[in-house]
Amino acid sequence: MKTGILRALAISTALFSATGAQAHRQWMLPSSTVLSGQSSWVTVDAAVSNDLFYFEHQPVRLGNVKAWAPDGSEVALQNASTGRYRSTFDVELKQQGTYKIANAGGGIFGSYKEGGVEKRLPRGASVADIETLIPAGATDVKLSESLSRNEIFVTLGAPTETVLKPSGKGLELVPVTHPNDLVSGEAATFQFVIDGKPAAGIEIEVVPGGIRYRDQLGQMDMKTDAEGKVTITWPNPGLYWMSAEASDANVSVKGAQQRRLGYVSTLEVLAP
Amino acid sequence: MQLSTRIVMTGAAFAGLAAPAAAQSIDLTVTIPRLSVAEYHRPYVAIWLEKTGASAKTLAVWYDHDMRDNEGTKWLRDVRQWWRASGRGLSFPADGITGATKAPGTHKVSFGADALGTLEAGQYTLLVEAAREVGGRELVKLPFSWPPKAGAKADAAGSTELGAVSAVFNR
Repeated sequence: MKTGILRALAISTALFSATGAQAHRQWMLPSSTVLSGQSSWVTVDAAVSNDLFYFEHQPVRLGNVKAWAPDGSEVALQNASTGRYRSTFDVELKQQGTYKIANAGGGIFGSYKEGGVEKRLPRGASVADIETLIPAGATDVKLSESLSRNEIFVTLGAPTETVLKPSGKGLELVPVTHPNDLVSGEAATFQFVIDGKPAAGIEIEVVPGGIRYRDQLGQMDMKTDAEGKVTITWPNPGLYWMSAEASDANVSVKGAQQRRLGYVSTLEVLAP
Repeated sequence: MQLSTRIVMTGAAFAGLAAPAAAQSIDLTVTIPRLSVAEYHRPYVAIWLEKTGASAKTLAVWYDHDMRDNEGTKWLRDVRQWWRASGRGLSFPADGITGATKAPGTHKVSFGADALGTLEAGQYTLLVEAAREVGGRELVKLPFSWPPKAGAKADAAGSTELGAVSAVFNR
């Protein structure tokens, strides 16, 4: 049962289990983040797991994963497949500049009582299904709306900023330091926004990859300042998983009491 | 003798205010070590100038420039400090910058006024970075002042991917 709940969280609202005790983390891992040449390819692994970055638990379903070229146009995922532990897909890079690949989505989760017995909404419940999922006569209906985003960036040639513009919906990253210009020993500043406004005082967690081969997690915890900014000085080159979460009452789903917002990204930090 | 002096002076006059410009040069010697490894590929080498507060200036990049579809540019990013400092802002092949990879040995290359452009007075670093396919990477730095004193030189050496690197600065 416990496993069932964890799995439900991992899949339907994977981003929220991110910083919680259960620690399932959703991630996407590109083959390269800094590339050169006329054109190139990246291949991306996408999974939900405990350890970073090992596929050992569940694949990320690719239904909501999209990619955008430096000019802002959407580009197709190619060679997509979903296996037992991970999904994988390719993106062809034909334009010079920064691409964004994102798994963004929303859902609803919660519980109600029917005849005095508490029941949970099924995992992956969508907003459109609420009417049919909650039976007439249900009491103690508790609904939370979720809005989550898992984004990675890759750059062919010089970094560009078109795809970094926030949509103004949910929790988003507004890079001050370009996410494909990160170097060990240097400080990087990122701003977080909720619905386009600075997300002050929210918790950010940064975990270096390679967990399997060390004893300590090496996690860095920080809070955004009044402008929603955090500054991270990278202790080592490598891959880092960054996660942020927040909640508020700005719901868009009728009957929901709470909105839970999540953001994760995988960042590559190069050696100087 | 007289004739050549006249030509130089004419050239300098055309170059404008910087009278000695025509004679400006950096003569660089780069040694690529011979390595006994199972699979050897000649390194990609970038040579560039940095000055605090100014954008970096690439002088030369030696890479597989003659591959079909310009495919050799795929690995330019492995010359990673140069790629970040300057390379990623260039398009390839780059006029006067692109060159073929070099075999192990000592290579002399001279950068004249055309390559250097107008260098403002100040403290510079000449950087040489080498990255080798299935091998390592190394960066060697030569600090210098510009304009240089007569006979100014700088020497450094790498320990893995580069051997001795030296420069003579002329103005």
